[in-house]
Amino acid sequence: MWVLAGIVVIAGGFLLRFNPLLVIIVSALVTGFAAGLDPVRIVATFGHAFNETRYVTAIYMVLPVIGLLERRGLQARARTLVAGFRGATAGRLLTGYLLFRQVTAALGLTSVAGPAQTVRPLVAPMAEAAAERQGGAPEDAERVKAMAAATDTVGLFFGEDIFLAVGSILLMKGVLEGYGIMLEPFQLSIWAIPTAIAAFVIHGSRLWWLDRRLSREGRGAR
Amino acid sequence: MIGLNLVYAVAGIAFAIFALLSVRDRRFANAAFYALITLSFLFGDMLGDVANGVLVLALVGIAASGQMRRAEAVAPAEDRHGAKVFVPALVIPAVALLGTLAFKQVPALVDPKQATLVALTLGTVIALVLCGILLRARAAEPFVAGRGLIDDIGWVAVMPQMLASLGAVFALAGVGEVVGELIGAVIPAGSVIGGVLAYALGMALFTIVMGNAFAAFPVMAAAVGVPILIRQMGADPAVVAAVGMLAGFCGTLMTPMAANFNLLPAALLGLRDKYAVIRAQVPTALPLLAFNILLLYGMIA
Repeated sequence: MWVLAGIVVIAGGFLLRFNPLLVIIVSALVTGFAAGLDPVRIVATFGHAFNETRYVTAIYMVLPVIGLLERRGLQARARTLVAGFRGATAGRLLTGYLLFRQVTAALGLTSVAGPAQTVRPLVAPMAEAAAERQGGAPEDAERVKAMAAATDTVGLFFGEDIFLAVGSILLMKGVLEGYGIMLEPFQLSIWAIPTAIAAFVIHGSRLWWLDRRLSREGRGAR
Repeated sequence: MIGLNLVYAVAGIAFAIFALLSVRDRRFANAAFYALITLSFLFGDMLGDVANGVLVLALVGIAASGQMRRAEAVAPAEDRHGAKVFVPALVIPAVALLGTLAFKQVPALVDPKQATLVALTLGTVIALVLCGILLRARAAEPFVAGRGLIDDIGWVAVMPQMLASLGAVFALAGVGEVVGELIGAVIPAGSVIGGVLAYALGMALFTIVMGNAFAAFPVMAAAVGVPILIRQMGADPAVVAAVGMLAGFCGTLMTPMAANFNLLPAALLGLRDKYAVIRAQVPTALPLLAFNILLLYGMIA
């Protein structure tokens, strides 16, 4: 039971706004001590896992390209482009991106898009430009950008499990095999389809509402 | 064979240049932070577990010192290259896509498990070269600009990796088994809806706590999924596993513990509220969680 103290440390530490990295390491130490591990073993376990998961942080290698393009007018250009499409709204643009993200993720292409690769340089500025044109208030910019990031994540999560060789499918197969239940990845991935459709409908409706809200504000302002 | 070694070499070099540029500008805390990340990328496999752990402690120390500084504001750029500026931006996803498909054909040359990451790395390098040719950028220019972006992200950059590592300590300490026992104990015997609710909400809640549905799945499968839903109620294992995992993903949308999906984009987009992305996701996550519960219930009852 005492090993749950680490979870209390995490929740309390985040709530009290201590530095999250500090909270994480303290939680690891508290959990380890509660389980009777010695400090060196805890630090070594943490270090080993940190070294094994470096691929998570490797994505920042794209920052020099993105940074340069931004200083050379990438976002300004993205706005100009959207301004040229007459029917483009923030909601329609993000709905199109949601579909693109779900379909590419379902084909196993999860790293093709993402917050660093596509959202910051392309999707967010385009959606923001469209929202401005719809007459959204300046404070909506933050909401639209957050929605762009949310759309990327929803598209990824509820697309990737349709692909056969994704990590979560292999994990499920492996865990169930431990109980003597044999499944083919195909049987699991087919059951990701209903939720993928539901995700598109639910998030798509919210994007439609976003459009309505933006144009209502636009009319109110005039 | 080409695999993560190439990915880590390129990432390590990028962080090494960020560190050098920070030293030049006398931003020593930032420089030390990036230098440690460089060390981890380039030499992490030679360090050993304890030294890697000490490296993490040093990263945390620098972050907690409050000495890391944000980037100086840059005037917004004007549109002076026309559509040409899109080319390098689109080259990265295009090469990642085509490269993934191509590299799977040559498993002897490129590690098939890492095909996308290798292709993404290749796309980044090609885009960098194109920046020089098409936009006439000087060699240091992209790194100066990229340093500005990483300075704005700050120590949040390593938070996803830190949380993943915390998961390893939780696993070793047996946190999952304890939570599983607690949840397993509250289900009324023989109740399908009780079992489904405990399993799906347990997946979502445990994922919110751990930040990762992968950590929640083995626990909830052991506590509820296999013994109660599959063995006792005769549910199809494929449905229980697949829909349960997706219920967990709904939890991932709602938690700051999943920093790479929820906090990193907010930092990357420079949002004032660092929880803005989570707030934008919750109204999608909750109805979707309800859908998963109904789907699971409908397939069992």
